[in-house]
Amino acid sequence: MGEVIVITSGKGGVGKTTTSANLGTGFALQGKKVVLVDADIGLRNLDVVMGLENRIVYDLVDVTDGNCRLKQALIRDKRYESLYLLPAAQTRDKNAVTPEQMKQLCDELKQDFDFVIIDCPAGIEQGFKNAIAGADRAIIVTTPEVSAVRDADRIIGLLESEGKHNPKLIVNRIRPHMVKKGDMMSIDDIIEILAIDLLGIIPEDDYIVVSTNRGEPAVVNPISQASTAYKNIVRRLMGENIPLMIIEDNTSFFNKLKKIFNL
Amino acid sequence: MLELIQKLFGKDSNSSKDIAKERLRLVLVHDRVNVSPQLMETLKDDMFKAISNYMDINEKCMEVNLTHTESSVTLVANIPVTSMKRGAMSKR
Repeated sequence: MGEVIVITSGKGGVGKTTTSANLGTGFALQGKKVVLVDADIGLRNLDVVMGLENRIVYDLVDVTDGNCRLKQALIRDKRYESLYLLPAAQTRDKNAVTPEQMKQLCDELKQDFDFVIIDCPAGIEQGFKNAIAGADRAIIVTTPEVSAVRDADRIIGLLESEGKHNPKLIVNRIRPHMVKKGDMMSIDDIIEILAIDLLGIIPEDDYIVVSTNRGEPAVVNPISQASTAYKNIVRRLMGENIPLMIIEDNTSFFNKLKKIFNL
Repeated sequence: MLELIQKLFGKDSNSSKDIAKERLRLVLVHDRVNVSPQLMETLKDDMFKAISNYMDINEKCMEVNLTHTESSVTLVANIPVTSMKRGAMSKR
């Protein structure tokens, strides 16, 4: 019996889809059987981030409406054969699915997969309620900004009221040189405010843009910092005790020099 | 000019991160106190029970509210006392 993990945030654009894609691919790299579910009905994106947009035949709403069997809608990844995607419908809206249907879907997927990762839409309406309905645990993604942290706090409250306790936090897009200067909230600041457990930190990394351009999750790249950070999170989710990574400051003079000489 | 020098030497005490933290703290205080009327009723009941151990109060005239100001949230209770309970002091 697998585990259903929802990736949520409240605010849009903080990296839910990127996180979903990288954690899913990270689990597959560890040999786990995993399915990514895009719950953002009407605004599907996980397919392009995964580079699987050309393979979609059926989608999530086709499954819940009974137009096809669940197995028919699952798309196998190009690189890893234990990784699958269940795409969102693009021409429907969030009300096309009910929380009960999502719960049923998750229960069915759990039978076949080690991990079911649900990419939650931004916002706190129907789409959010659908996405969390079948989840066993929740991961909240935030960035070191006032608006993102505020929304994360709201989401923690909403999860609590839906009976989803102890969500874990990922702080994304940290810029170490700004934290050092006192111009960006640090991990400790954010944890102090939100008072939840930290699952991991992801540094700001240009490679994320490149990987999204290519439709190839960053974890595949062995040298990107974000890749290492995501791999660490995957191993923590699998129960290993991995210390937080020390984020290197790429903008310091020494590091720039290192880069020039390719050290 | 002084500001620039302070920045150069990294002695800017009012760094933008501290501003962010303080603003967040305030905004969350307000966000988090959007409590349901039901919760307020339960709180009122519990307060009534606790206070009744020491004095007679009129539940109907009891008012409990959260008031917001710009920098804080306060729980304001207005509870008319009918009489002190005999023996309440000696119980302790």
